[in-house]
Amino acid sequence: MIPLWMYLAVAAGIFCIGTYGVLTRRNAVAILMSVELMLNAVNINLVAFWRYIEPLNMAGQAFAAFVFVVAAAEAAVGLAIIIAVYRNRRSVIVEDVNMLKW
Amino acid sequence: MNEVVCSINHVVKCLTDAGVTPDLANLLTIIGGVVLVATVPLITVIFLIWIERKVAARVQDRLGPNRVGPFGLLQTVADALKMLTKEDITPIGADKFIYNLAPIIAFATVILIWAVIPFTPLHIGADLSIGLLYFVAVASIGTVKIMIAGWSSNNKYALLGAFRTIAQLLSYEVPLVLSLLIPVMIAGTMSMQGLVHAQGGMWYVFMAPVAAVMFFIANLAETGRAPFDLLEAESEIIAGYNIEYSGFKWGMFMAGEFMHAFTASLLAAVIFLGGWWGPGVEQVPVLGFLYLGLKTFVVYLFSLVLRSTVPRVRIDQLMALNWKWLVPISVANVLVTAFLLQLTKALGLAPQTGDFAAALPQTIILLLGNLAIVLVVLNLVRNIGRNERMAAAATDAAVGHSEDERVAVGAPGH
Amino acid sequence: MLEFNAQTIAFIVFALFSLGGALGVVTTRNLIHATLYLILSLFGAAGFFVLLSAPFLAAVQVLVYIGAIAILIVFAVMLTRSMTRISDLYNRQWLLSAIVAGILFVVLLAGVIVPVWGVNGTQIDRPVSDVVAGTVDLGKALVDQNQYVLPFEVASLLLTAAMIGAIVIARDDQE
Repeated sequence: MIPLWMYLAVAAGIFCIGTYGVLTRRNAVAILMSVELMLNAVNINLVAFWRYIEPLNMAGQAFAAFVFVVAAAEAAVGLAIIIAVYRNRRSVIVEDVNMLKW
Repeated sequence: MNEVVCSINHVVKCLTDAGVTPDLANLLTIIGGVVLVATVPLITVIFLIWIERKVAARVQDRLGPNRVGPFGLLQTVADALKMLTKEDITPIGADKFIYNLAPIIAFATVILIWAVIPFTPLHIGADLSIGLLYFVAVASIGTVKIMIAGWSSNNKYALLGAFRTIAQLLSYEVPLVLSLLIPVMIAGTMSMQGLVHAQGGMWYVFMAPVAAVMFFIANLAETGRAPFDLLEAESEIIAGYNIEYSGFKWGMFMAGEFMHAFTASLLAAVIFLGGWWGPGVEQVPVLGFLYLGLKTFVVYLFSLVLRSTVPRVRIDQLMALNWKWLVPISVANVLVTAFLLQLTKALGLAPQTGDFAAALPQTIILLLGNLAIVLVVLNLVRNIGRNERMAAAATDAAVGHSEDERVAVGAPGH
Repeated sequence: MLEFNAQTIAFIVFALFSLGGALGVVTTRNLIHATLYLILSLFGAAGFFVLLSAPFLAAVQVLVYIGAIAILIVFAVMLTRSMTRISDLYNRQWLLSAIVAGILFVVLLAGVIVPVWGVNGTQIDRPVSDVVAGTVDLGKALVDQNQYVLPFEVASLLLTAAMIGAIVIARDDQE
């Protein structure tokens, strides 16, 4: 079987790429995509730990399922906010959205 | 399940006896199975198109294809050859890689569904424990192909067509999944083979007719068949998302569509019509192919006749039908069925053995629940229709318009 | 340490999918392409779930992420269409962010690998159980009152709230 650390290493890679995307991308939709990547990396970790350490305790899979739910909710609300912002400001660049800055 | 493993082991054993290493033998067997399962739909689609054209012709009082080969059987082959010789156009400004990827995905998503279809008690590509969910997941990839086909064509009509199609597919996925929940609840498994085995006593079309009808309607919409074929509406607009495709790539879209419609009928036969069950199938498992084929053909024929008889719906009617009728009905159906299943369990009427008599009490109770849903829905449709008629009559009387000038506004359910 | 078999090949392919897709998401200028890379990455993760014998999660991953979230993102990209090609891909702190992400990766990798080999370089062999709880157990755990029924209900409430919130936020006030 594949050793556990390889899954964790891949997940760490995805997580860090996602982090980089969140910190640097200017387009709000791209930031949202990077957040999805990070959530996904966490999910891989959860399921990998579940399989290798506690395959009879459903905690890992159950939490992964909840991450799915949160990701879906986050995507729906996040994209709704982006569309609402676009309608008002004609822009999806996060630096242009500074109404709450003061 | 055990027998499946045995029959595969048999092939593996033959190969290892011939001097192949066990790992390679396993791999070869699996690849052989994959090729076999994937080729069958490719061959069937040629005859499906012929059947479809013949049936449509008969309904419309024509003869249909009758020139190439006996009874025009080779017409599709001729068409395929013609398609191959056509110019293969890629529009300027199209995203080449994605543009070429879309037809492949369109084709692959349909073939992938065949992997979990139980043809007989022994023959199934892979009896996944989540077979039904696998089907839903693979079907949901179908939206991706439409999106990228519409976008990569660099054509605004293709893009608009793709938007419409995706709106339709996403909407109808809700009643589709909710109607699939009912057999899963009754059988207590998501494995396709398990679902078929559970129908030994009684087909689910008798236990859950509402779910079966929902599944059929939602599948018609998912596969873009009449009366829900407004996404390409060949007599009104030219085509939808695949307007820029020509030659063989267009052929792949079309073949994928035909195959999807047939696969939907196949799934309906497996999930609601008892799959391979039939007289003597337990002794001679190969008979399952015949029974499943017959059942599928009946469902498919029904959808073909429907296709050539009913008129196309408008986009607002399509959405209204889904969100105002199908979704609420299927949610109510899930609730009612769950309640009744628990009730039968509490009363001790749940079938203990897999024969007809044991399944009868549960079937009657579920059937009564379905009947109640149908009655409520019919009553609602009647009331709404009557109110609309009376409102229309009132405005007519006020304005003084004649009867035939009025635009007929049917109930949304029609 | 890795034996060469079908599982290993599958793992490598899925790892390439998910890592390459992730890189594509953050580096591609065209947002539609970025979404397709995201789909690739999520597909790789679904493959991992299959390898980790969690088929239910794999199917849900394809259904929810690829079938719903990716399509939603494409819709958002197309509705904010003029912004698919922005002149500057990254903001000014991209170098700093790259360093931060790189350091994070090194730290995480060290945290992952050091415990495996131990301090003195010997690999700890943890036996992996072959007995795995299936989909049925997951379903029971989610509605078991001693396990996750409360989080399950909260999750459905969250979905309802998100649905209502999304509709309210994205609705056009002119109508």
